[in-house]
Amino acid sequence: MAGRATVVTGVVTVALAIAGAWLPTWALFLLTVALGKGLAVLGLVFLMRAGLVSFGQGLYYAAGAYTVGFLSDRVGIHDIFVAITAAAIVAVALAALVGLLMVQYREIFFAMLSLAFSMILYGLLVKNEAFGSTDGINVAPPAFAGMTLGLPGLRIALYLVVIAICVVVVYAAHRYVLSPLGYLAHAIKDGEVRVEYLGASVRRAVYAKYLVAAGLAGVSGALVSLAVGHIDPEMAYWTTSGEFVFVAVLGGTGGVLAPLLASVVFEVGRSFASAYSPYTWQLTLGVVMLLVILFLPRGLWSLLEVRGLARQR
Amino acid sequence: MSDILVTTGITRRFGAVVAAEGIDVRVAEGSMVGMIGPNGAGKTTFLNIVTGYIKPAQGTVEFRGRDITGLPPREIASLGLTRSFQIAQLFGTLTVIENVLIALGVATGRAQSWWHPLHDRAAVAEAGELLHRFTLDHLAGQRVDTLPQGARKLLDITLAMVRKPGLLLLDEPTSGVSAEEKFDVFDILVRVLRAEGTTALFIEHDMEMVARYADRVLALADGKVIARGAPKDVLGDAEVRRLVIGVED
Repeated sequence: MAGRATVVTGVVTVALAIAGAWLPTWALFLLTVALGKGLAVLGLVFLMRAGLVSFGQGLYYAAGAYTVGFLSDRVGIHDIFVAITAAAIVAVALAALVGLLMVQYREIFFAMLSLAFSMILYGLLVKNEAFGSTDGINVAPPAFAGMTLGLPGLRIALYLVVIAICVVVVYAAHRYVLSPLGYLAHAIKDGEVRVEYLGASVRRAVYAKYLVAAGLAGVSGALVSLAVGHIDPEMAYWTTSGEFVFVAVLGGTGGVLAPLLASVVFEVGRSFASAYSPYTWQLTLGVVMLLVILFLPRGLWSLLEVRGLARQR
Repeated sequence: MSDILVTTGITRRFGAVVAAEGIDVRVAEGSMVGMIGPNGAGKTTFLNIVTGYIKPAQGTVEFRGRDITGLPPREIASLGLTRSFQIAQLFGTLTVIENVLIALGVATGRAQSWWHPLHDRAAVAEAGELLHRFTLDHLAGQRVDTLPQGARKLLDITLAMVRKPGLLLLDEPTSGVSAEEKFDVFDILVRVLRAEGTTALFIEHDMEMVARYADRVLALADGKVIARGAPKDVLGDAEVRRLVIGVED
């Protein structure tokens, strides 16, 4: 199974990387943003596999984005790899603090508390001139190990960085979900009491998943901010977190590629829906979600499972 | 023979309800102790206190001479005191062997690994061996939420046995199991316990089972021990017959 997954991931990666050379700029941008956001959704899916739905991943997404913006606009650090690493560190550090409280709650309390924390950050960003208030901050084009690129090259380079990060993350995530620690998520969802009586700490396991999800959201925020070139408090707003939940449900929790696939479908769908029906595109998304819940309760990934193309818990 | 478990003055109240009042229990190593009592006697509360699920208001719990009062369940389990549940606590969306593999992963520390696969060849062989001992090997690939009650009970006990505990506490191991399956479940259980040298304390409402499988019996009523001793003596005790069995002599 691991061998097949490696081959599939490799083929998809090479295809996407090569496609980058021919894709129009708008498609390249769309894919960069979609795959970048998909990482935040993947982190959310890790939590959902343990029965925890976070409506506050926008907190770490925005933390990552604002770290990049702050480094770029206020400190003058433009290197993409430094920026992404810093974003991940800040998001995880924040989660290490918030997570101490979060791991004590489950179900709706976990969801609402996560939302509350993200709204606190939103409030701070909106009211704080140092972070650009409601206008946000412009993010300068990144440098790649000291090299600055012009616009067409920059788009492709950023796209390739996103692809590379996605490959590393997806492979690590694939190994993780098949590992005892990955399976422990199902166990926690099915029976926390038994997990404790087996001798494992549920809180510690949930805490670890929370940190990983935050780290991925931080990297996601960094990548999207670099692609868009601008950040604003909306990234911490509850609708952003809700969008991640929407995409997670759309893709399903059955495979590590599902969040990325769903994110691409969502971003493409939203782009076309808002272009062709600017006043009703939310209605279109709502109908899509209704259909997914009614006919594909395990998400788009279940279509691939039915066809025997995806076999992964 | 030394005592593997000693509880002294275990007391716990839930509001006005006295769930346990000064329970003193000694369990000899290698023995099979049956615990009986009417509903609300405090049997499950006693198990919950001993295994760390709830803390006693007063009293101490010693396991192998070590005070374990108030320790969390995971620490008590790692010391070698495990339990099964009245309602089997299983991972329903996973298969039987995956349940055992997770338990093995936790017991061996492999559960901390996020890189090595759960279905490691050696671990699968070990899990298969465990399932074979509990005659569950033919169900290895079956999803747990589709299992019959007897198999669920046995799997619950299997998970508790993964750590090769010194003492296993069983909360009504045959509740919900059909009359035909009950003796099979207990026969398998006793065979494994003897092979592993595991001491056991089981809560049971079926007096025939208690008489047949227990070396010693503890009778509880209203949170207190009302009788203790050999099965014949306890089951013949007039107060036990009145309060527990519901027979007036």
